[in-house]
Amino acid sequence: MSKSPIIEVHNLTVLYGRKPALWNIDFELPEKKVIGIMGPNGSGKSTLLKSIMGVVSPTSGFTKVYDQELDDVRYKVSYVPQRQDIDWDFPASVWEIVAMGRYQKRGLFKKLTSEDKDIITDSLEKVNMLGFAKRQISQLSGGQQQRVFLARAIAQQGDLFLMDEPFAGVDIATEEMIIALLKDMKDAGKTLVIVHHDLHTAQSYFDHLVLLNTRLIASGPTNEVFTDKILTDTYGGRLTTISKISQELENKEFPIRHK
Amino acid sequence: MINIWEHIATFFSVENYTLFVVALGSGILCFAAGVVGTFTYLRKRALIGDVISHSVLPGVAIAFMLTGVKSPVYFIIGAILSGLLSIWIVDYVQAKSKLKPDTILALTLSVFFGVGIVLLTKIQHSGNAAQSGLDSFLFGKAASMGIWDVQLFSIIAIINVICIALFLRGFSLISFDENYAKGLGFNISFLKAFLALLTVVTVAIGVQAVGVVLMAALLITPAAGARFLTNSIPKMLSFAGLFGFLSGIIGVVISYSGTGMPTGPWIVVVLSIFALTSILFGKKRGVFARMKLRKSNNVKINNENVLKDIYKLAEDGTKTISISDLVEKEKYPLNKVKGILNRLEKDDMIDQIRGLIILSDQGRIGAREVIRKHRLWEIYLSKYFQLDVDHVHDDAEGIEHVITPEIEKHLIKLLEHPETDPHQSKIPY
Repeated sequence: MSKSPIIEVHNLTVLYGRKPALWNIDFELPEKKVIGIMGPNGSGKSTLLKSIMGVVSPTSGFTKVYDQELDDVRYKVSYVPQRQDIDWDFPASVWEIVAMGRYQKRGLFKKLTSEDKDIITDSLEKVNMLGFAKRQISQLSGGQQQRVFLARAIAQQGDLFLMDEPFAGVDIATEEMIIALLKDMKDAGKTLVIVHHDLHTAQSYFDHLVLLNTRLIASGPTNEVFTDKILTDTYGGRLTTISKISQELENKEFPIRHK
Repeated sequence: MINIWEHIATFFSVENYTLFVVALGSGILCFAAGVVGTFTYLRKRALIGDVISHSVLPGVAIAFMLTGVKSPVYFIIGAILSGLLSIWIVDYVQAKSKLKPDTILALTLSVFFGVGIVLLTKIQHSGNAAQSGLDSFLFGKAASMGIWDVQLFSIIAIINVICIALFLRGFSLISFDENYAKGLGFNISFLKAFLALLTVVTVAIGVQAVGVVLMAALLITPAAGARFLTNSIPKMLSFAGLFGFLSGIIGVVISYSGTGMPTGPWIVVVLSIFALTSILFGKKRGVFARMKLRKSNNVKINNENVLKDIYKLAEDGTKTISISDLVEKEKYPLNKVKGILNRLEKDDMIDQIRGLIILSDQGRIGAREVIRKHRLWEIYLSKYFQLDVDHVHDDAEGIEHVITPEIEKHLIKLLEHPETDPHQSKIPY
């Protein structure tokens, strides 16, 4: 694989206040794979995804997508935020939410074309939600909400998908549907980066794993990094050295970097 | 209140010029506030409206101290600047400190308001003859509205409508999910700042008419009511604007119908009546709509229960039974049973002839359906809930009415088309 990586994360540090959420993360991800980002609660998984998407700005370091600044290749990247972060009691229909996926192409002002509407219809069909197009989003179950978010990402027609916990709190039917969809997408040459927390399914779902616990524990093909030693490093012992240092930084107002 | 109709007549005849101007001005102002306030509401920033309206006070006072004249233009500029400053402080402190949002809002509001009151008091004691009337910012003075104000309110209303129509997509995006909007590459700082500017300008201009305390209600109440009427943002905007406009006019007309009745508070009272009515009578989300739904569910439950009992008493619908047989078995009182029977007859489920009940074909099918759902659910419970056979009946009594045809199909498939329930009774397909 002499090609350049699809995502490059270089010495990335993100602080919330003074507390590091990510500390000196450095890795590269290969193309056309299903990639899992795993780690315990509060290990910075979502923050990593948000940094790559430019939603959170790094304190130091940088991320690159397709070897370019994100802004130059944003149209190739589809983001699926965490379903639970959102208040679903919002006055909008399923169709309107999926239509947001087309706003990137059309901008804030241009009307959606019939081509856009075809794409929205297709996307809804792919996640078996076409029958729900006119439904209010407040009436959806957790699994249906997740399907809507997936459809919205598909409607963006990107090549790289960043998904934050798409399997959290969904029913088995939805989980199986998503897995089948991911496989199809991978076969179609897409790259899928997925924040996930269930260790049991990790091996069967992912080709490549990134294991995080504020710092990077490992990044590599699943069969190489899914070892007892690495998993213990990632999940074992809540009070790691890193968390002790983080607490000091926060409580005593030390800077992590001198400017 | 007695001569309210007379006042309405006067209003429409445009004989009373002052009343006309004040009512129109208030209506337009409340319309403008309702429209822009819809997004304040959707972004769950209802309290920010309170913060802004209280925070314009020091700006007004400082504008007067610097210029020494009572010019609306200077007041509005001062109000806008200090309103914007308050929003900026709220956002900045929220990003940089560990304080909770409600603490930050409460603190910002009281600090700005406190400073404003101190400055106003200082001005009042300064002996400047022009100062009288500055306290109208506290409680509002809609009655002093002139045609100039109406023009100003109209301009703001038009600007709000145009900007919101233009930026509907952007404002909706940041209201639903800021992070996603940012991920799409939109400049959400600009969108947020622009929306904040529209809100602050509207508040700054409205405060003089209704006062700092009531201005926040003009932003939030129309949207809160409108939310119960619709699930679409454009419709919500229209309802909120309409509620605002009507409340403004009605509030003024009511306040003019009695001596010494305050205008601002009446507007807010009318607005609250609109909102309350929507909350109660909203077609889908309203309180009564939900009560009605519960009631129709009860009717369905009663009908199905009685139908089922008739079927069983009549030995699977083969025999004819009398009403007294049925009443003996039912937990309902006689009157209620008769009511239910009449409903069933109306639905062609049964016929009643001289105290006898005869099941129709349709009734037989209906009863079998209820029994089938009941037994399917019993099997499901014993299989998937690990419940003993004698524990499944009560639960199934309730759920048999809830199962939809789709769920029934799903259950039959899941349970692999079972023949008998856990009590070895046959399942009627």
